[in-house]
Amino acid sequence: MWGIVRRRVSSASTLQRMLYASRSFSSAAKEMTVRDALNSALDEEMSADPTIFVMGEEVGEYQGAYKITKGLLEKYGPQRVFDTPITEAGFAGIGVGAAYHSLRPVVEFMTFNFSMQAIDHIINSAAKSNYMSAGQVSVPIVFRGPNGAAAGVGAQHSQCYAAWFGSCPGLKVLCPYSSEDARGLLKAAIRDPDPVVFLENELLYGESFPVSAEVLDSDFCLQIGKAKIEREGKDVTITAFSKMVGHALKAAEILAKEGISAEVINLRTIRPLDRATINASVRKTNRLVTAEEGFPQNGVGAEICASVVEESFKYLDAPVERIAGADVPMPYATNLERLAVPQVEDIVCAAKRTCFRSV
Amino acid sequence: MATTAFTATKSIQPLSAVNTRSHDQPLFDPRKTTFLGSTRKLRLPDSAKLNQTSLQRRSAVVAVSDVVQEKKLKSTSNLLITKEEGLVLYEDMILGRAFEDMCAQMYYRGKMFGFVHLYNGQEAVSTGFIKLLKKEDSVVSTYRDHVHALSKGVPARQVMSELFGRTTGCCRGQGGSMHMFSKEHNVLGGFAFIGEGIPVATGAAFSSKYRREVLKEADCDHVTLAFFGDGTCNNGQFFECLNMAALWKLPIVFVVENNLWAIGMSHLRATSDPQIYKKGPAFGMPGIHVDGMDVLKVREVAKEAVERARRGEGPTLVECETYRFRGHSLADPDELRDPAEKAHYAARDPITALKRSMIESKLASEPELKAIEKKIDELIEDAVEFADESPYPARSQLLENVFADPKGFGIGPDGRYRCEDPKFTEGTAHV
Repeated sequence: MWGIVRRRVSSASTLQRMLYASRSFSSAAKEMTVRDALNSALDEEMSADPTIFVMGEEVGEYQGAYKITKGLLEKYGPQRVFDTPITEAGFAGIGVGAAYHSLRPVVEFMTFNFSMQAIDHIINSAAKSNYMSAGQVSVPIVFRGPNGAAAGVGAQHSQCYAAWFGSCPGLKVLCPYSSEDARGLLKAAIRDPDPVVFLENELLYGESFPVSAEVLDSDFCLQIGKAKIEREGKDVTITAFSKMVGHALKAAEILAKEGISAEVINLRTIRPLDRATINASVRKTNRLVTAEEGFPQNGVGAEICASVVEESFKYLDAPVERIAGADVPMPYATNLERLAVPQVEDIVCAAKRTCFRSV
Repeated sequence: MATTAFTATKSIQPLSAVNTRSHDQPLFDPRKTTFLGSTRKLRLPDSAKLNQTSLQRRSAVVAVSDVVQEKKLKSTSNLLITKEEGLVLYEDMILGRAFEDMCAQMYYRGKMFGFVHLYNGQEAVSTGFIKLLKKEDSVVSTYRDHVHALSKGVPARQVMSELFGRTTGCCRGQGGSMHMFSKEHNVLGGFAFIGEGIPVATGAAFSSKYRREVLKEADCDHVTLAFFGDGTCNNGQFFECLNMAALWKLPIVFVVENNLWAIGMSHLRATSDPQIYKKGPAFGMPGIHVDGMDVLKVREVAKEAVERARRGEGPTLVECETYRFRGHSLADPDELRDPAEKAHYAARDPITALKRSMIESKLASEPELKAIEKKIDELIEDAVEFADESPYPARSQLLENVFADPKGFGIGPDGRYRCEDPKFTEGTAHV
């Protein structure tokens, strides 16, 4: 259909077969990388529903800039996995227009930093159409790609957009952490009738997580708008999403050794935010630390603080601690970059402060 | 004014014109080489046929410079229509004009608000194109979208009510002047930002192709029209989508309503090469210039472009040179346009021209056309009455339709979806 070159496929297929071999090995061991989780979720959904297609830069022949779409071109052909020119505004809008007619596009941004070139279509075309048309035109589209701080790529390629998209009505914003999240939330996003911004994390793609048989089932799907308590505790609540969940869990381990029992909430969905789970936890622990990579002002943590102050003010035993990225564009130098992004020890110290322990 | 812009004869520019220049060797000839190893063949339109049409339409040229040169162009009379077709066109143009005139009145009476952009003067474009479409074909418009919606068949009552912000509007009062949607009529929205509608229209065209080729819906030959103005043609999304539409041979027609002015910015002052239609061949699609003040000429070009898209031969860029008789919006004092220019185009009113042509060619009598005008007047009066008597949206409507999925509002404190809570609509908003 698109006249995409088929000649190179044969030479590339040997390499691909080797890659596939390693993938099937990893899933046999009941561990799965986030990359494979995303890939398998896409694959299963595409095989179940022919209206689903993947578009974006390098998603086809190159197998995805981060190999999330690996093997899909071979399986579904260039009509359903197609490479676009480097035109974010153009192809994001094309995806929206296709969704107007009930197709289900999955639009990959090579990174969400490039989604800034297409933000008009995400906010103004996708998120608002159902409302402006009074429910006549729904937009079942997924915008996905890596988001957040990467490593050593400087200010323009290293930023978290969760709070930005999270402030826009009409969008659903998902932030997976583990392989279970990645599979369950991506399937939920694709099946959802509304526009979903799906924020992955480049540094998590290669990480492996244990997965249960239930997670590996092709019917597995998580609920949008529901947070997960990753670790139960009674002294302090730590909310986090995406890569920060890993940091929060590490912090909780350190805190446990010092006699502080931390409850870690993996938000999973930024919008709609699961205020109920957060508030119920805070009412139990009476202390709150929020962790995110994004900027502090008007951030996800700020929203959680507001929610807890509104709904659970009298349960708080200590001021809320907000851990966020430094309020500066991301520096390039390794030492400065480390300072600009929240670290495990930042969360540990904040949790101790809320428990009035010396840090 | 010494500009030579627009003085050349402009007509269909077949692809072959780009590829067969003898004096100027093209950098890349798609017929001889494969592009980046692609086996895709550019399909060249039948140049003989197109050239023939171009001869017929040689006089279809009107230009900005004509204002200065006072060059009178005689319209060709070989554009055949039946009486019924002529009456449909006339009625649709009268509807567009009368509707917009009424909008101006209602705006000044405070019945509608915000930005209201009127279409007066450009009716030949909307009518010439949209009246050729099937119901399943889609139209994507701009902020100047009332008349496109009307031409596509959205009832005047619904459009007027939408402008009044009433619950009987085509978007229940949630869209407004610049955001007309009708799922039933495949009006996929007015888009309020420059260039924003073009990718969406390209995506709608993409979905037709996807349905036919991937979902095997063999009868899906739906075409999408993207309407936009001359100002948009300097926006990147225009170029991005010309490229992709041609690359993937999408069933779309890019209709430029070149009314020569982007608010107060003259097209000639904003664009390095003001002949927009020339940008089509640069992307491998035909570019056509047509007199947008002549509905019959627009219709003839539109017919070929729409059929070409329907046949699966890909997109066409059509530049309709037209003029808006009012300011950019009702809030625009319109002080920058030369009165002589306005007078020139006012004298070329597309409705008067069609009327004259139909009477001269004995397709219709004066009383027949008068009867149509009367019928439309009544229809507009009825639309205003209907809108005025319609209820305002209920308070509870504020929170409706944010998502297609009512569960989109998330989970309430009791663990149930917020929307299931009877107190849901109370929220934090004052409703």
